[in-house]
Amino acid sequence: MFATLAYDLSHMTGAMVLLAGFAVLYQRRLLGVLRAFACQAVAVAVAAAWQAYSQEAPHLYVTAAIALLLKGIAAPVALDRIVRRLDIHRTVETAVGIGATMLAGVGLVVLAVLLVLPVTISSAALTRETLAVALSVVLIGFLIMITRRNAITQVVGFMSLENGLVLAAVGVKGMPLVVEMSVAFSLLIAFILFGIFFFRIRELFDTLDLQSIESFRGERR
Amino acid sequence: MNALPLILGFPLAAAVALAFVSDHRIGARVNAGASLATFTVSLLLLVLETPEPTQIAFIDDFNIYLVVLTSFVAFTAAWFSAGYIAHEIETGRLTPAHLRFYHAMYQVLSFAMLLALTANNIGVMWAAVELATLTTVVMVSLYRTRPSLEAAWKYFILGSVGIALALFGTILVYLAAQKAMGPGMEALTWSSLFAEAPNFEPELLNVAFVFLLIGYGTKAGLVPLHAWLPDAHAEGPTPISAVLSGLLLNVALYAIVRFKMLLAANGDALAPGPLLIAMGLSSLFVAGLMLYRRRDIKRLFAYSSIEHMGVITVAFGMGGPLANFAGLLHMALHSLTKSAIFYTIGLASQARGTQQVEQIRGLTASHPALGWSLVAGTAAISGLPPFGLFMSEFLLVSSTFPRAPVLGVLLLIGLLTAFGGLMLRLHGIAFGEAERDRRPLVGSLIPVYAHLLLILIAGVFLPGPLVSWFQSIAEVLG
Repeated sequence: MFATLAYDLSHMTGAMVLLAGFAVLYQRRLLGVLRAFACQAVAVAVAAAWQAYSQEAPHLYVTAAIALLLKGIAAPVALDRIVRRLDIHRTVETAVGIGATMLAGVGLVVLAVLLVLPVTISSAALTRETLAVALSVVLIGFLIMITRRNAITQVVGFMSLENGLVLAAVGVKGMPLVVEMSVAFSLLIAFILFGIFFFRIRELFDTLDLQSIESFRGERR
Repeated sequence: MNALPLILGFPLAAAVALAFVSDHRIGARVNAGASLATFTVSLLLLVLETPEPTQIAFIDDFNIYLVVLTSFVAFTAAWFSAGYIAHEIETGRLTPAHLRFYHAMYQVLSFAMLLALTANNIGVMWAAVELATLTTVVMVSLYRTRPSLEAAWKYFILGSVGIALALFGTILVYLAAQKAMGPGMEALTWSSLFAEAPNFEPELLNVAFVFLLIGYGTKAGLVPLHAWLPDAHAEGPTPISAVLSGLLLNVALYAIVRFKMLLAANGDALAPGPLLIAMGLSSLFVAGLMLYRRRDIKRLFAYSSIEHMGVITVAFGMGGPLANFAGLLHMALHSLTKSAIFYTIGLASQARGTQQVEQIRGLTASHPALGWSLVAGTAAISGLPPFGLFMSEFLLVSSTFPRAPVLGVLLLIGLLTAFGGLMLRLHGIAFGEAERDRRPLVGSLIPVYAHLLLILIAGVFLPGPLVSWFQSIAEVLG
């Protein structure tokens, strides 16, 4: 009885993370993106806490706490302030339309399932399925980074990609160094936020639109 | 006695100390001194008996070779940096406050690279590569100009994605090992992974390798994941360009080669060779063609680094004692040559006050020593005899022809393309009517001479013990 409950709950939390990933994809407003991302981070925190409980691995609670505090609360609040303070365009600038990206997202989930399930036949069912969901989340994070041109949404895409990694790491039973890895990633994220805020990227780039960064392909004369 | 705690300890202690040194002259000296100390103790690894693998460290001939190379180039770059930085202070491009940070970060970078090379844990290695990425991002943005911030941001985003994919690959390796080794730290430890590799699940290992190759390949600047590299090289301080090109790219390749060995040890996994060869060849061709139209001298040689990483990747992808030998030799000689070139470029662009090729024209006329050093370095990097890179490229091509003639021809075409591009540019830089200097030339050429002498010796006469040592490493790489 408990075994199936553990199984079902792990699935549910994983699915919540994936769903929140899609929610990030269809937002048209920047603040909406931040909110959807905060939901995803909270879902990851719940997933990690549930794995900590069901695997009896108390160190995973630390990972859950980091996900909740840093990515669920601190990062969205900080980005929210950046958006308001620096007066960035509130609408999401898309490189590809919303409908098309949603379809691409579905395609990526199918791809992840088709890739992971055949190669993990001998692993435990729970691990396989968590891994498939986690890879889907990682790929959707990529999709966000590629199709949304604004620097803020790129950062959100990166953090959501990282949520997928956390999901994978906590889903693999007995994986050591998970906490250390989430700390290392927190460092990276803190660094990005720090970079945006203190370097005042907006003032330097005029806009946070990454197309202006792309312009630096050629050489200056 | 184990030298490793000292090798990792010196840079770490120096980083802490340098964070408190506000005078940049003292800081530069401490930086060079600490790097020299690290290099000196790294030589102990060659003399002392190789220690048994511990939880933390895994030492074999492959990484001893890279540790010695890394600490040597880190030392000469720190030496060069002292003169370079003093000039930047005079021209006001940097302030003393920046430098305190720069020197501390330089040592953190050395520490991270040495840790990545010696760690016995694929998780620790991953974290060390991440740390190295972060420190170099900070250093690339040191000038705080718009292009340097743009370059740093681009490097940061692409590097982070690479790092994230490498972590996913690391998790998959752990999962592939789980059936054979059970849960726990053992399944992340190099020494036990190699012992148990034949029992891993091959399909999972294949998928893991693809993620690792893309992840660490981004850090190594392999095409099509190289977009960050030219910008990061061009916009950072020149000593950092030298360290990035000469050392950090090697560290990423080291990780790829180690995982390749893991796949080779497992008989059922896919052969990693063709993947590596495909990426290596595309790097060689794309970068070779890009060399033709560069106007910025540092970007020119950044593309040349991509090209050489491609050559090394092809060599390790071919595998076998001869190609591996060529790859190892090429790795070392590329590091030495490319850093020497960056030292000369740094001085030249300081004297002329620009990085534009057109305005650096006529270097041999205005500064004979500097100009001819650059000519020698460029001749060496484009694979002309009598320098060492001719040897390693010749070895690679001649070992490829009997095994895969088509590949040999492609390799030759790629190398000649790159050769042509560099020669064309070199003509414009070194010869012709000299442009006027904006500032007097300062700084020492001794590190450049030391590097050039080493690659010349390697090209003319490789000492027997070194050859047999490289041969034994090449055997291990499979």
